[in-house]
Amino acid sequence: MELDPLLLSRIQFAFVVSFHAIFPVFTIGLASYIAVLESIAFKTGDPVYQKLSQFWIKIFAIVFGMGVVSGIVMAFQFGTNWSVFAYTSANFLGPVLSYEVVTAFFLEATFLGVLLFGRNKVPPGLHLFAACMVAIGTFISSFWILAANSWMHTPAGVEMRDGVIHMTSWTQAIFNSSLPYRFAHMALASFITGGFVVAGVSAWYLLSGRNPRSSRKALKMCVIMLAMASPLQLLVGDLHGLNTFENQPMKVAAMEGHWETKKGAPLILFAIPDAENETNHFEVKIPKLASLVLTHSLDGEVPGLLEVPAEDRPPVGPVFWSFRIMVGLGLLFIAVSLFSAFKLWQGRLFESKGLLRVLSWMIPLPFVAVLSGWFVTEIGRQPWIIYGMLRIEDAVTPSLTGWMALVSLLGYIAVYAVVFSAGVVYLRRVIITGLDPIDERGDDESARPKRPWSAVPADLVEPPALKPEA
Amino acid sequence: MELIDLTLIWVGIIGLGIFMYVLMDGFDLGVGILFPFAPSDDCRDAMMNSVAPVWDGNETWLILGGAGLLAAFPMIYAVFLPALYLGVFLLLAGLIFRGIAFEFRFKANARRYWWDRAFFGGSTAASFAQGAVVGAYIQGFETDGFSYVGGAFDWLTPFTVMTGLGVVAGYALLGATWTILKTEGRTQEWAYRLAPRLLLTVLGFFLLVSMWTPLTNERVLDRWLDNVHWLWLFPTLTVALAGWVMRRLRQRAEVTPFLGCMGLFAMFYLGLLISQWPYAVPPDHTFWDAASDPGSQLFLLIGILFLIPVILVYTAWTYWVFRGKVDGSGYGH
Repeated sequence: MELDPLLLSRIQFAFVVSFHAIFPVFTIGLASYIAVLESIAFKTGDPVYQKLSQFWIKIFAIVFGMGVVSGIVMAFQFGTNWSVFAYTSANFLGPVLSYEVVTAFFLEATFLGVLLFGRNKVPPGLHLFAACMVAIGTFISSFWILAANSWMHTPAGVEMRDGVIHMTSWTQAIFNSSLPYRFAHMALASFITGGFVVAGVSAWYLLSGRNPRSSRKALKMCVIMLAMASPLQLLVGDLHGLNTFENQPMKVAAMEGHWETKKGAPLILFAIPDAENETNHFEVKIPKLASLVLTHSLDGEVPGLLEVPAEDRPPVGPVFWSFRIMVGLGLLFIAVSLFSAFKLWQGRLFESKGLLRVLSWMIPLPFVAVLSGWFVTEIGRQPWIIYGMLRIEDAVTPSLTGWMALVSLLGYIAVYAVVFSAGVVYLRRVIITGLDPIDERGDDESARPKRPWSAVPADLVEPPALKPEA
Repeated sequence: MELIDLTLIWVGIIGLGIFMYVLMDGFDLGVGILFPFAPSDDCRDAMMNSVAPVWDGNETWLILGGAGLLAAFPMIYAVFLPALYLGVFLLLAGLIFRGIAFEFRFKANARRYWWDRAFFGGSTAASFAQGAVVGAYIQGFETDGFSYVGGAFDWLTPFTVMTGLGVVAGYALLGATWTILKTEGRTQEWAYRLAPRLLLTVLGFFLLVSMWTPLTNERVLDRWLDNVHWLWLFPTLTVALAGWVMRRLRQRAEVTPFLGCMGLFAMFYLGLLISQWPYAVPPDHTFWDAASDPGSQLFLLIGILFLIPVILVYTAWTYWVFRGKVDGSGYGH
């Protein structure tokens, strides 16, 4: 069998970046939540908020640690597997990624230490300040990385000379046309992800009758936030889609499953796209709705995939299906959060066992939604690595052979399998152990290094005995 | 005409960044290399506690090195990484495993031995890979335009294996002198016994590399023979410094051996740069060939000049907070 370095590199990048992405998308939202908890605790002195914060900092430490470890890999992927892309775009991507390191990574790393271990070493105000700095750092980081990513979708402020990108305007390149939508969409996704995880864990505690006071407070905060963020995400996502329609019409055509350019195009709810025969099977559609959504006119023209030759089209199936999964989950999030808010308003949320159970099942779903969203936008950009400027097959490292790419791909899968299983086992134990009791605990900790994951007490990994889960 | 040579400034900045990384991650990787040889589990606890609060920040310099190279010298980034493809994987896998080992060792009582192994193996693999990168840089790369065109294992030669082992020994020396600085009692005594032997080993590697490089590389040979007057200052200083470190170790000094070893690394580093100057991607491409657009270099320089001092202040502050001796029972936190 012929091993294709291009295909293997694409699989490898998809794997390492997907693996990496699930951690920051959660920690961005959670960092803000912790900053809010710390602020309330600082203002009111209510120990419930401090205990909540201490608990979520433990979770944060583990997830952030996995994000850091998998992030180091990302810093070298462009060079190892996509060296032509790296060299071509270095004049723009190099400074942008370097700014991410010097404005965000160092800020996060430094203040994370104070947040995790400094509670009794620095004044409370400084500890709160550290929590805010970590939260701000995660946003600065996502700003730069999304500026780089958005530029690959909607390049601006550059010109290609002798096969290399040269800058014509830094402002146009950094603040390119899809950045505001992508940033808003991603920031909301992070809040929704963090919100559903905190809500799900709190609901699970309430169902099992543990930490009732703090879990009610946490759940209430999340439900109110989610009831605002989830519907807002629909609006932002729609605006993001319109921006994509303007700049990358073939991506939208793949998302919608449109082959032929049509006036008054239908919205296809379900279909099985067939790229070979350039058609769909088993279509279920609503007439004219796609034109209405995309052009705000019932008879607006919506370009189809047949506008461009087959080699210039993105793979239709993965984009089409990922898009439906993302939107479907987004609608589910809206329904669940609005219904929860309604129950909360009725004062019956904490007694609605069924709803609490649903909330606790929701925990993995935001991650699925986020990854689906990334699949839509990234696979939809194909066959371009920099849209309209550099094709994916021209970007791969020329010296890379199939077996080298295969070795590294299998290697990353093996390494990440270990990291992920260890992390999941560990997170589960932290959650099962639950919050500290509200009364102040003695300073009984020892033999512990001051490092992210070490904020979790030692007895959690090897529980004294397999206690029945309360 | 350019009033200032941005490329030269960037050689300085990247050079400083890589040197910061080598020094800072060097000693904590070194602690990992020495880990299984420590006399007891208590000693290992103390050693790990001594680097636990700082190693994460230390590794951030590696990410800065990667991103900074892409920004200022994209050709280095686009040739070194493909050429060292499998070595880079070894480096990253090593760093990941030692990273997790750090976190889990203190909690996994029953499986502690397993994480000790991962910490040692990861640290050693990552150090070896870094040494091989240095060797590959001296060796040079087969390029066509801005692309690497050599094979998958061109970087792995007897010479690079030797530089790889040399860096493992060098990091172990930094780790040993760091252990002297940060621990007491049995752990410190053990490190005192180990450090002189490591110092001699490192000097041995230094001698080997110094002779082997000019013999395989005419350009380097010419350089050293043409500039007899001042270039020889570096090896002379290196040997003198090593002698002084040896004496201070015998006198049971705690701080100066570590500082002296950092000085030794500075000498090796400067000697390497002078031998290779002005080649960024030997044998054909200089730093100026490898540079990005002046506009891009300037855009980043403006921010870096302000931010690097701030980062250095952060870092110094962290080391200040965690100053003093550690033992197996942590910081009493």
